[in-house]
Amino acid sequence: MPARSPWDATRAREIIDAHLHLEGPALPILHALQEAFGHVAPEAVRMVAEALGVSRAEMHGIVTFYQDFRETPAGRVVVKVCRAESCQARGGRAIGDRIAELLGLKWYETSADGRVTLEPVYCLGLCASGPSAMVDGIPFARLDKVGAERLVEEIAG
Amino acid sequence: MSRIFVPKDVAALAVGADCVAAAIAGEAAARGLEIEIVRNGSRGAFFLEPLVEVETPFGRVGYREVTADDVTSLFDAGFVEGGAHPQCIGKTEEFPWLAKQTRLTFARCGIVDPLSLDDYAAHGGWKGLARALELGDVGTLEEVSLSGLRGRGGAGFPTGVKWKTVAMAKADRKYVICNADEGDSGTFADRMIMEGDPFSLIEGMAICGVAVGAEKGFVYSRSEYPHANAAFAEAIEIARAAGFLGQDVMGSGRRFELELRVGAGAYVCGEETALMESIEGKRGIVRAKPPLPAIAGLFGKPTVVNNLLSLATIPAILAEGAQAYADFGLGRSRGTMPIQIAGNVRFGGLYETAFGVTLGDIVNEIGGGTASGRPVRAAQCGGPLGAYFPVALFDTPYDYEAFHAAGGLVGHGGVVVFDDTVDMAEQAHFAFEFGAEESCGKCTPCRIGAVRGREVMEKVIAGHAGAADLELLADLCETMKAGSLCALGGFIPYPVVSAMTHFPDDFRRGASPRAAAE
Repeated sequence: MPARSPWDATRAREIIDAHLHLEGPALPILHALQEAFGHVAPEAVRMVAEALGVSRAEMHGIVTFYQDFRETPAGRVVVKVCRAESCQARGGRAIGDRIAELLGLKWYETSADGRVTLEPVYCLGLCASGPSAMVDGIPFARLDKVGAERLVEEIAG
Repeated sequence: MSRIFVPKDVAALAVGADCVAAAIAGEAAARGLEIEIVRNGSRGAFFLEPLVEVETPFGRVGYREVTADDVTSLFDAGFVEGGAHPQCIGKTEEFPWLAKQTRLTFARCGIVDPLSLDDYAAHGGWKGLARALELGDVGTLEEVSLSGLRGRGGAGFPTGVKWKTVAMAKADRKYVICNADEGDSGTFADRMIMEGDPFSLIEGMAICGVAVGAEKGFVYSRSEYPHANAAFAEAIEIARAAGFLGQDVMGSGRRFELELRVGAGAYVCGEETALMESIEGKRGIVRAKPPLPAIAGLFGKPTVVNNLLSLATIPAILAEGAQAYADFGLGRSRGTMPIQIAGNVRFGGLYETAFGVTLGDIVNEIGGGTASGRPVRAAQCGGPLGAYFPVALFDTPYDYEAFHAAGGLVGHGGVVVFDDTVDMAEQAHFAFEFGAEESCGKCTPCRIGAVRGREVMEKVIAGHAGAADLELLADLCETMKAGSLCALGGFIPYPVVSAMTHFPDDFRRGASPRAAAE
């Protein structure tokens, strides 16, 4: 996971400016801001709205429409577990629940120490080798009970 | 120097391919052997991954399910020369699961180095674009029409008709959009092309640009596919630097630019009008049609929106000729379909074959039945919004019309297999739950219907529902199907109604006498 920087308005301005030449730059800007700062803070929403000439309400609507954009920081490790049909068919419901239980987290929850966020994901495209998960962009497939335990140990370690 | 292939497809990475590649490099160095490791895409036989192949004078030899721990024994067995080993599958091309396929769209995937222009050209790459430039727009449109290609995203609309509409529209600017927002569970074909043969998509889009007079293309992908996005972004740069994109495509004087856009976790953006809103930087809210995107699409300009599989098939059609493609298939379903066999299945993966094979063959013969070894109970075809087929309907031939007649849809080609432990009421509940989560909220049948459906299914599962509730459910499905603005709300009834029709017992559980009397 890339190191996240604390909020920096100058840097945010640079990121926004670097994308303004694109046709329909809103999503690329929001992705880039989130990558830099770990979330899209209210200050960022205001700046993007101004730069694109839309109202803050409109921009807020855009940020909250898309599941990916966070208004508050996620944990340092983000665990995404597939909950879709192909993984369900391979016992994914139980594996996902087990991972949640081992982490002591509910879906969409971040641990109190800010270490781990648990999220459901609807399909990682690993549908013939589920149950699958992705931890900070690293894919895992053919998860069974032992695999789930190992995964959680690795995250904890 | 021996070439050794270790797939970089995310389905191989997820089962340890990077560790295997590192172990092979380390072992070769320790033994003083000169090898070149090529990180290819996947051949699609995911049950073999990581499938390591070595190039020998008599062809490529494969070794299945290789782990880092196996590497020493592979070297001891002389696998660099194709030596015998318990994990050896022989010549990869002769492995029956692969040999029986008809690979047109996926001809190169898993074989070439995805980012090597030399490999791409050596395997027939750019021939389609060269021919399109030679034929010009009218000739290219004619070829695409004659091929009988229909949109591989699900709707099955004739690609040639769509392209002609955009070609004839008068505008200062036109766009080509590749819909790679492959959100359906049970599908991974788009991802495999982006990772394993990205130049074929670039070539297909450039051909479309030539045919319809568009100079700009967007590929709209998903944030859930970081590996595919990284590979494709690199492929765009390589193609541009080599003059296959940019101001002067292949020296023709024609301009075509391509840009990758990544969505942000909204399933509905796979719907073409929501997708365009998203590229424009708005919420992914569905637009009412008309106007058709072909007339007024992205930024109000005439726009071709095609699924990735349609566009990636175009180079083969232009290179080999329309008739060669149309010779495959059945009835009005011409050519081949990359079927994605997933879920609880022994031999899962991507299987490209001509239309017409039966669903039963896909599940039982090709897929080998369930991975759990239990009896098959159902197969969901066409993603979360596709119908559940019971075993009784497994003689349905895989083609658009036959699936429609059986109350289902081919969709993006996904087939998800379930064994007899599946609870179909749970699956119907999930369909509504998914719809409620992913609805864009614009139209009432979808926004309210999915929530109400979920609530009724909760009653059914708790055993508190009576006959009146099931009637209500059927009525709700009818309303959603007829009244929703797009396929999200309109197709939620497919999984629900098929589950209720074919598996009624799962919906009649412990209904209390009071509820039943209501």
